[in-house]
Amino acid sequence: MTLGPILEVRDLKKSIKGKQIIKGVSFDVERGEVFGFLGPNGSGMTTTIRMLVSLIRPTSGQIFIDGKDLLSNHKDALSQIGCIVENPELYPYLSGYENLNLFAGMLKDVDDSRINEVVGIVGLEQRIHDRVKTYSLGMRQRLGIAQALLGRPKLLILDEPTNGLDPQGIKEMRVFIRNLAKNGISVFVSSHLLAEIQLLCDRVAIIRSGEVIAVGNVEQLLLSAGGYTEWYTNNFDETLALFQSHDGIQIIDREPDEENQDIPGQRICTIHSSIETPNLITSLTLKGVHIFAVQHKNPTLEDLFLRLTGGEQIG
Amino acid sequence: MGEMQLLIRNEMIKVWKKRRFFVIVGILLVLIPIFVYAQMRISANVERQLGDTDWKAKTQQEILRYNERLSSPGILEEWKRTLQVQVQILQYYVDNDVNPNEPNGVTFTREFMRNAIGLFIPLMVLVIASDLVSSEHAGGTIKLLLTRPTSRWKVLLSKYIAMMLYVSLIVATIAFLCYAISGAVFGYGGLQTPTLTGFQITDNEVSFANVHLIEHWLFIWMELGLVWFSSLVVGAIALMVSVLVRSTAAGMGIMLATIIAGSILAAMASSWESAKYFFMLNLDTVGYLAGSPPAIPGMDLAFSITILSIWALASIIVSFGVFTRQDIY
Repeated sequence: MTLGPILEVRDLKKSIKGKQIIKGVSFDVERGEVFGFLGPNGSGMTTTIRMLVSLIRPTSGQIFIDGKDLLSNHKDALSQIGCIVENPELYPYLSGYENLNLFAGMLKDVDDSRINEVVGIVGLEQRIHDRVKTYSLGMRQRLGIAQALLGRPKLLILDEPTNGLDPQGIKEMRVFIRNLAKNGISVFVSSHLLAEIQLLCDRVAIIRSGEVIAVGNVEQLLLSAGGYTEWYTNNFDETLALFQSHDGIQIIDREPDEENQDIPGQRICTIHSSIETPNLITSLTLKGVHIFAVQHKNPTLEDLFLRLTGGEQIG
Repeated sequence: MGEMQLLIRNEMIKVWKKRRFFVIVGILLVLIPIFVYAQMRISANVERQLGDTDWKAKTQQEILRYNERLSSPGILEEWKRTLQVQVQILQYYVDNDVNPNEPNGVTFTREFMRNAIGLFIPLMVLVIASDLVSSEHAGGTIKLLLTRPTSRWKVLLSKYIAMMLYVSLIVATIAFLCYAISGAVFGYGGLQTPTLTGFQITDNEVSFANVHLIEHWLFIWMELGLVWFSSLVVGAIALMVSVLVRSTAAGMGIMLATIIAGSILAAMASSWESAKYFFMLNLDTVGYLAGSPPAIPGMDLAFSITILSIWALASIIVSFGVFTRQDIY
């Protein structure tokens, strides 16, 4: 038996006070994949996620979770998901265990042994009976995930799961999410950390101004973004003049990587066919320009993102 | 446990763990002894003014005086009835050796509840009811609550039921602590002593036509029932405000201002008749039992109960309408 996508979003629209915020968003999340959701501030990303978990009622469109219509079959559809929307907000005056016990009561077939199981999964055994107000942000995040996993969801919706975590915590979270996916849980992650999404996700949807502008496999999308070449030379003006006189070479503006900061010379970035590179090197050498380094840079999701969103600030 | 019981259990746990109920008990444990002490001073004062005269002899004199007036010709029929009842009460005091000027646990509780119904008990209800929904917004936990596979109306209903249970507990606790603390000082007797009820308020007058005697314990039960009802209405309205106003402080402020405005208006509203449709002017339903004149002519027990019911019902409709439809950002 073939099962359809775990999450189907069809032409989702939302208007607030006559203004259309979400203008027909559609995408699928396949079973067992980690799906990334990217968008700049005010792109409608948060509104879309809140519609997926029934916090906001769509103006029109459909959402199917495991084939169940969220709008008409609210209860069955929501039984299939676990979620953390923004920060993992729990009751600070209760202990971690009491919080989980509270939410277990609102789910089907969740008993004490399941609570202990999820506490074990997120590794909170030591502190689970302490009050949540004494927890660090990382511990709250883990308790939030325990809460989301409680009902044995088929789909996990995580809104900015690495928000506020230190680099170590971010890394742990990444490994954790990957493990979940290995165990067959589909994960829907929104993030403004492009590098995170690139490392974490199989597929990604990019949203801007309430519309999905790209959706697909991360690798393929990156390929479509194309790479570029980074030059370090001792004479910026000469180099620039030479490049400008050549056909089929485009000079672009890219932020330098931190790892290349100790290369001497001035930096210039180009897009051209790699076949041209030897010719360009010869020409530069003949003009007496010293070349310190020539590097081909693979595209990052950030490059793609900036190109697609026209340089809007993200996050 | 069924789904609804579990939801109600959750709400009860949350309020309990927030220790709101302990705050209320704490307030009562401080305030009631203060009132008991004040009552002791009043009684001591009365005793000093009356001097050493034997209260029994005095009461018997009073009975004699009433009887003389009853037998005098030309007395109004209505007056006659009142005097007869008065004589009955005084005779009871003499026969049972009860000093009417001496307070006991029962009369203290009775007076405390009567004075507390308009302001003090509603405030205690607000301590619990005013942030039942808004605190979920403030803490962000509303997002967890409403992404469960449960209907929103069930979530709100569980909050309403938890509110009702806590209101019942509060009223019971106030009555119990009142009786327990004042009884320790004044004695626990007095449950069987008679008191007057059955006053009918017509326009500007209090009619004594149906006045009769009931024992104090029954009076207290009737009083508690009315206090409980008024408190539930305050709780229902507070819960609506909590749904509409997402800030707990603002919601609390609105409710406080409304209820305090009620007691101010009651003192000045006698010439503004339509003020009687405000719920806060109708909270003092116990007054009707004891025959005190209403704040505004034309109000009586049935009227107040009706107005309070309408307000509570409207609050419930509004809060369910808003809560089940609102978008959570």
